[in-house]
Amino acid sequence: METWRTRIDTRSDAFKANREAMLALLAEIDVQLELARAGGGERSIARLRQRGKLMVRERIELLLDPDSPFLELSPLGGYYTDYAVGGGLVTGIGVVSGVECVLAANDPTVLGGAINAISMKKTDRALEISRINRIPYVQFVESAGADLRRSGDDSVEAEMRRTLGHFAESGRFFHDITALSAARIPTMSIVFGSSTAGGAYQPGMSDYNIFIKERSKVFLGGPPLVMMATGEQSNDEELGGAEMHATMSGLADYLAEDELDAIRIARNVIGHYNWRKLGPGPSLPPDEPIYDPEELLGILPPDLRTPVDIREVIARVVDGSRFEEFKPLYGRTLVTGWASVHGYPVGVIGNNGVLFSEESEKATQFIQLCNQVDVPIIFLQNITGYMVGKVYEQGGIVKHGSKMINAVSNSTVPHITVIIGASYGAGNYGMSGKAYDTRFTFTWPTAKIAVMGPKQLAGVMSIVRKASALATGRHFDADEDARLTAAVEDRSEKESLALYATGRVADDGIIDPRDTRTVLGITLSACHNNEVKGAAGYGVFRM
Amino acid sequence: MPRITKLLIANRGEIARRIARTAREMGIATVGVYADPDAGALFTREVDQAVALTGTSSAETYLHIPKLLEAARRTGAGAIHPGYGFLAESAEFARDVVAAGFTWVGPRPEAIASMGDKLAAKRLVEKAGVPTLPGLEVTAEMTEGILQQAREIGYPLLVKAAGGGGGKGMRIVTSEPDLADAVAAAKREAAAAFGNDTVFVERYIEASRHIEVQVFGDRHGNAVHCFERECSIQRRHQKIIEEAPSPAVDDASRAKLGEAAVAAARAIGYDNAGTVEFLVDEQSRFYFMEMNTRLQVEHPVTEEITGLDLVREQIRVAEGEPLSIRQEDVAINGHAIEARVYAEDPANDFLPVAGRLLAWEPDPALPARFESGVESGALVSPHFDPMLAKVIVRAPTRMEAAMRLANVLERLRVHGITTNRDFLVNVLRHEAFLAGDTTTHFIEKHEPPRQRTVSADEIAEAALAVALTTQQVNRAAARVLQTIPSGWRNNPSALQEMKLARGESTLVARYIRNRDGSFNYAVGEKSGVVQINGFANGALDLAIDGVQRRFALTSHGLQHWVQSTSGEVTFTEIPRFPEPEQQAISGGYTAPMPGRIVAVNVEQGQQVTAGETLIILEAMKMEHRITCSDDGTVGEVRVSTGQQVEAGDVLLIVESTGGGP
Repeated sequence: METWRTRIDTRSDAFKANREAMLALLAEIDVQLELARAGGGERSIARLRQRGKLMVRERIELLLDPDSPFLELSPLGGYYTDYAVGGGLVTGIGVVSGVECVLAANDPTVLGGAINAISMKKTDRALEISRINRIPYVQFVESAGADLRRSGDDSVEAEMRRTLGHFAESGRFFHDITALSAARIPTMSIVFGSSTAGGAYQPGMSDYNIFIKERSKVFLGGPPLVMMATGEQSNDEELGGAEMHATMSGLADYLAEDELDAIRIARNVIGHYNWRKLGPGPSLPPDEPIYDPEELLGILPPDLRTPVDIREVIARVVDGSRFEEFKPLYGRTLVTGWASVHGYPVGVIGNNGVLFSEESEKATQFIQLCNQVDVPIIFLQNITGYMVGKVYEQGGIVKHGSKMINAVSNSTVPHITVIIGASYGAGNYGMSGKAYDTRFTFTWPTAKIAVMGPKQLAGVMSIVRKASALATGRHFDADEDARLTAAVEDRSEKESLALYATGRVADDGIIDPRDTRTVLGITLSACHNNEVKGAAGYGVFRM
Repeated sequence: MPRITKLLIANRGEIARRIARTAREMGIATVGVYADPDAGALFTREVDQAVALTGTSSAETYLHIPKLLEAARRTGAGAIHPGYGFLAESAEFARDVVAAGFTWVGPRPEAIASMGDKLAAKRLVEKAGVPTLPGLEVTAEMTEGILQQAREIGYPLLVKAAGGGGGKGMRIVTSEPDLADAVAAAKREAAAAFGNDTVFVERYIEASRHIEVQVFGDRHGNAVHCFERECSIQRRHQKIIEEAPSPAVDDASRAKLGEAAVAAARAIGYDNAGTVEFLVDEQSRFYFMEMNTRLQVEHPVTEEITGLDLVREQIRVAEGEPLSIRQEDVAINGHAIEARVYAEDPANDFLPVAGRLLAWEPDPALPARFESGVESGALVSPHFDPMLAKVIVRAPTRMEAAMRLANVLERLRVHGITTNRDFLVNVLRHEAFLAGDTTTHFIEKHEPPRQRTVSADEIAEAALAVALTTQQVNRAAARVLQTIPSGWRNNPSALQEMKLARGESTLVARYIRNRDGSFNYAVGEKSGVVQINGFANGALDLAIDGVQRRFALTSHGLQHWVQSTSGEVTFTEIPRFPEPEQQAISGGYTAPMPGRIVAVNVEQGQQVTAGETLIILEAMKMEHRITCSDDGTVGEVRVSTGQQVEAGDVLLIVESTGGGP
C-alpha cells in the first residue's frame, strides 16, 4: 500500500495561523467541557459529598477498567439552550471487565438528575448506539424524574403552543431498554438514588439490577401519592428501599453495601456476560501514522473557502499513513481509497471540493465495493454541496447525486462520519450525515453544518426579497435589505457552528482533530460488537 | 583407592550444586538426594540422577543414614560427599559409608570423631601446643562445684554444645542466676540439632574476631594451610559476611596462625579439607575454638584468593592422590568477600521466614560468584536452613570488593520473601566495616540499620514504577481497544490512580498520558513528567523528569516489589474495591512463622503477666518465644506441644486485664 507524501509545510505562516485559530476554538470548547464536568455547580456538589456520594464521573472512572479509554458522547449537549451543558447526563463508550459498554449516567448535581429535553435526546442516542452496534447497556440511575418546570409564560395554552410534545408519545425509552434485552444485548441498572414513578421502569426494564443499601429508592408512587390514592400510611423504605427490593419484591438482583460495592458488583456481573463480539477483530498492522496527528491542527484554515487536500488529513489518521487510492484520476474532487485504522480495514471517502456527477458515480461505486467485502466506511466531510448550474443540471447532477444518496442510505457496513469543515445541503446527506443511520458522527471545531453557506443563504433571500418587491411594485429599501442580509448571515453563521450542532445533540460530539484517529479506533471497535456485513441490495439506481 | 566415577552428594541446596559442578568438571557422574519439600528443586535437576528420600524432616531424609546408603547402592555411586551440615561431621556416617564399601569424601572417621566433641578436641590441640580458652563441662544440674569453677573462669561465659556448630545451642551468660536456664535451653537445642546434649562453658571474650584457617591434609602425610578467613560479622552467632584474608592479620600473625592450624591438623592425622577456628582478642592473641572437619560454607572466599578448587582437592585426596599443592604454591591474590543472603527478617530479630521466592535474578551487568540453591519460583521451606545464596566477590583491594559486593546485592532482584539483603548492604558500606573494625559484636556495637533507608523521592519513584508497570500490563492484557492510547479521555475528569501502602503510610500514584506518549504524574510530594523508554520482561526504563533509571517489578496479588539500581522498595496495593476485611482477633497471639510448638507454658484460665513466655515455637531449628505483651487471663489455648503451625495461625488468646508495657 502506498504511503502518502505530505505537501504541508509546517513552518509556513499559513500553517501557524491555522494552528492558532484551531487552538483558539479548542480553548473555547475546553471552557465548555469544564462547565459540563462541574455539573450542577459547587453547592450541589458539596451537598452530594456531604451525603458521602461520588460524583457521576468518579462513579464512571471506577466502573471502567484501569487505563482503558472512555469516549464521552455529546458532552456539550445543551450548549446554546436553557439547559446546563451536558444536560445532567453522561453518556459514552467504555470498557468494563474487558467488555465494551454504552454508559448512561445521571448527574444528580444537575437538577437532581431530572430528565430534560437534552438528557432524553442523549439517552435515546445511547440506546440507539447500543442497539445498532450490539453493545451492552449500563445505566447509573439517580433521577428526580421528569423536569416538570415551566418557564416564562406558564399558562397551559402557552406551553401547548411552545411544544408539540404529548404524553402519549413519551416513555419510548422503556420500550428501547427491553428491546435491547430482546436483541440479546444485556442491560443493567445501578440505582444510586431515587428512581421513582415512571423512573421505576428504568430498573424495571433492565436485565440486571444493583441496588444500594439505604440509597436506592424505587417505587411507582411515594408516600404522599399513596396517601392520596388509597389513604395508606407508608414510608420510603417500605415502598422502595433497596433491602425491600432485594428481599421481598425481587426487583433488585444484587444488594450493595455502598456505591463502591455496587460498582464492584457491576464489574463482576459484566465480567460474566460471556461477551463475544460478532465482528472480526483488527486484522492489519495498527502502527501510528508516519505524520504527526499534531499537524492536523494546522491543516484546516478557519475560512472554509480555502481548499484543503483531504489526503493530508487521511495521512494523519490512518495506520502507517498508508492509503491506497481508488480511481485517483476520475472525479478528482472526491477522494476514495483503502486504509486501516487501529488495525480495522476501512474504506475512506473524503471531499476535495464540490461534488459533480463523476464524483457522485465514483462514490456510488466505492460504497458498493466496501459493502461487497464487508468493510466499514469513514466519511470525511468538507463539502459545500452538489454543483449547481445549467450544464450540471442538464448533465443529470440530481440523478447522479441521488445514486450516491441511494448507496449511502442502503449501505449496511458501519459508517463513521467526521465533519472537518463545511457540511452544506445535500452534501451532508450524500456524505452520510447524521440522519443517514451513520453509526457515529463527530465534528471538528471548524465544522459548519447548514442547508447552504450563510453568505449564500443571506444573498439568496435578498434576491428573493428584491424580486418580490419588483413583482408587487413595492418599494425596495436597499439599506433595510443590507441590514436584514447581515442579520440573516450572522444568525445562520452562528447556527451552522459545530458548537450549535453539538448543543442540539445533532452529532456525537466535537473532537480535537488530534484525537480523530483515537475516536475512529474506539468507534470502529464499538461497531465490531455487531456483525459487519455489506448490503444485499440497494434502491433502484436511476441510470 | 579406586578412582571415583560416580558421586552421591548427601546434601541439598547450594552446596549440592557446588559439589556437582566440580564433579561434572572432573568427568564424574553425579547423584543427588532429596526430601519431599525439595522435590523439583534446582539442585535435583542439575545432577544426573536424584533419589527421593521420602520424608519431610531432616531426620527422615538428609540425616537418615540407611536411606542415603541405599540411594548410593541403587544408583551405583562409588563415593559419597556429605557437603556441610547434616551428616558432614558425623563420624558414624563416615564409618558406615566406608564399611558399606563406598569412598568417603572427607577426613577419616576417627579424625571426625576426635574433633566432633568440641571439648575433647580442645584438650587434644592443647597438647599440640595450640592456645585455648579456659572452660569446663556442665551438666543439667548446677552443682556448687560447677558454679564455683564458672566463677573462677569469670563471667560473662559462653555456653556451647560439645556436638554443635553453626551457633546452635550457644548462649551467652552474663551472671550466675541465668546459667541454669541457659544450659537447659542449650541442651534442648543441642539435643534436637545434634543428638548430643553435652554442653560446656568457656570464657567469653567480648570484642573478639572470628578467624579461621583452611587446612588440607592427604593420606601421604602432607598438610598445608590456605590462609585465614575472617568471619566476625555474625548475627545470632551465625556468620553472614566472611572474607579472606582478614584485615586484622599481618604476615607474621598469618604465619603463626597457619603453623598452629597445621599443627592441630597434624595432631589428629588429618586427611582432607578442614578448618581450624580461632578466636582473636583485641591484643591479637588467638585461641583455638574448634576444628570443623568438613568443607566450610565460606570456602569460596579461600578459593577466590588462592585460585584453588577445594572440592576438587577433596575428591582427589579421597581417591588417595597426594595434595596437588605444596605450602609454597599457595599464595594470596586479591581480597574476597562473601555475603550470605538469608530468608529472614532483620527488623524482626533476624527471624527466618518461609514462602515463595517470586523472583531471584542477579543483575547480569554486575557479575559475581553466586552460590545459590534457589531460582525464581522456588519455595523456601521452613524445614531447612533459610540460606538462599552466598554471593562472593573478589577484587584487588578489600575496599573495592566490599563496594562491589554491596552493589551486586543491591541490584539482586530477590522478591517475594523478606531477606537480609539490605542489611548486608548496610554492613558492607558501614565505615567501621570498611575500616576493618570487625568483631563478633559488630552488629550490636555499630548497629547498622536493619533496613534500607529510603528517601521520600525514592519511594515516590518506586510507587510510580509500580503504577506504570501495572499500566503497561493492563494495556498489554486489554482484550479490546488495546492500541488506543492508555486511559484516553475526550473529557478528562480524573487522573488514573493507584493506591499503595508502605508500612503505615499510604501513597497515591496518579498519572495521565500526554499526546506525545509521556505521562504527567503526581506521587506524594513529587510531580512532573515521566517517559516510558522501555518495558520488557518486567523491567521498566523510566525517565522521570529527564533522568532515566531501570525498575524491575515483581508482583504477587497485591504485593509489589520494586528493584532499582538503588535497591528494593516494597508496597502493598490498596485495591480500588476493598474486600471485607478479616477480623483481627483481639488479644490473639499468632505464630510469627511456620514451625512446631515445642512448649505450651500456660493453660486456659491462667493469670499471665507481661513478659512471661507463653509458648515456645521451633522453626528452622531455632526456638522462638511467644511472650505475653499485656497482663491478663488466658482465654483459649489453640495449640498443643508437637503441633505444626503456619505463620499467622492464632496460638492462644489472652484476655487483657490492663497493665504491661
